Amino acid sequence: MWKYFLPLVIFGLFFLLLKTGMNDIMEGKNVNELPSPLIDKPAPQFELPSLTDPSKTVGNASFANEIAVVNVWATWCVGCRQEHPFLMKLAKSGSVPIFGLNWRDNQAEAQRFLQQLGNPFVDSAFDADGRVGIDWGVYGAPETFLVGADGTVLYKHLGPLNQALWDEYFVPHIDAAGNTK
Amino acid sequence: MKIMLGILTLSLFATAAFAIDTEEAMEDPALQARYEKIIDEVRCLKCQNTTIKDSNAFLAGDLRREIRRMLEEGMTDDEIFDFLVERYGDFALYKPRASGKTLILWIAPALFLLGGGVVLVNIIRRRMALPIDVDAAEENE
Repeated sequence: MWKYFLPLVIFGLFFLLLKTGMNDIMEGKNVNELPSPLIDKPAPQFELPSLTDPSKTVGNASFANEIAVVNVWATWCVGCRQEHPFLMKLAKSGSVPIFGLNWRDNQAEAQRFLQQLGNPFVDSAFDADGRVGIDWGVYGAPETFLVGADGTVLYKHLGPLNQALWDEYFVPHIDAAGNTK
Repeated sequence: MKIMLGILTLSLFATAAFAIDTEEAMEDPALQARYEKIIDEVRCLKCQNTTIKDSNAFLAGDLRREIRRMLEEGMTDDEIFDFLVERYGDFALYKPRASGKTLILWIAPALFLLGGGVVLVNIIRRRMALPIDVDAAEENE
């Protein structure tokens, strides 16, 4: 008797296997998004000239001992323009400092971008050749990292940010960090 | 007409001429050979179904440049792959390492083969147990 059910069981298992693969697509998630191996690890060390004032530097020291957002952006990146109003709003709320990593961009154009649309960043590091981007595992701007006060990467988001995503994925980490202090 | 056809046929082979990597070859041919092998095994994360050898995305160019630098600094192939996995995860390699997370990728083909083998052996055994039908065999000839 079991013989007749065996193919059905195998089919069922196979169906479940394929369905788990489909779940993310059905839920409308970005399936190109890869889990960052940096989560819960120390944020990669860097020190770069500041985009707005090349005599200054921006690096891990800029946001030591505080929870901070590191946003990878560029003027050629459409998603960065899309999320820019939200970053402005977030900066104004003053809940966390936002640092920029201006990735593989043109310095003059990037400066103009901030002048015209507003500058949500405490400061932006200017990563002209993408060397720091590689250390942070950046593969498509915009990418947004949340770095804890102890310098570990708490969360990474790929793609344009908005209020709903912020509330769902970033705020819990920030609240948790606040409670343990 | 014949000339036209000839040109068309030749153009089929022309794609090989479009090299993506426009950098000069490295001085040491052994390093260059390792370089070419490595870039053929690393995924371009920006354009996820091509290797960084075949991609002209700037990220692929950056990674080729980094791999070149690491080779020149004398790092081993494994150290270079480690460098990439640390930053981009297992997905960066077309040949993922056998680890807890990638184990299913490595054993699934063997399981499928084993399953197929069991089914095949069962079918053959059952058929062998059947009496040989001489009439049917003749009909089939």
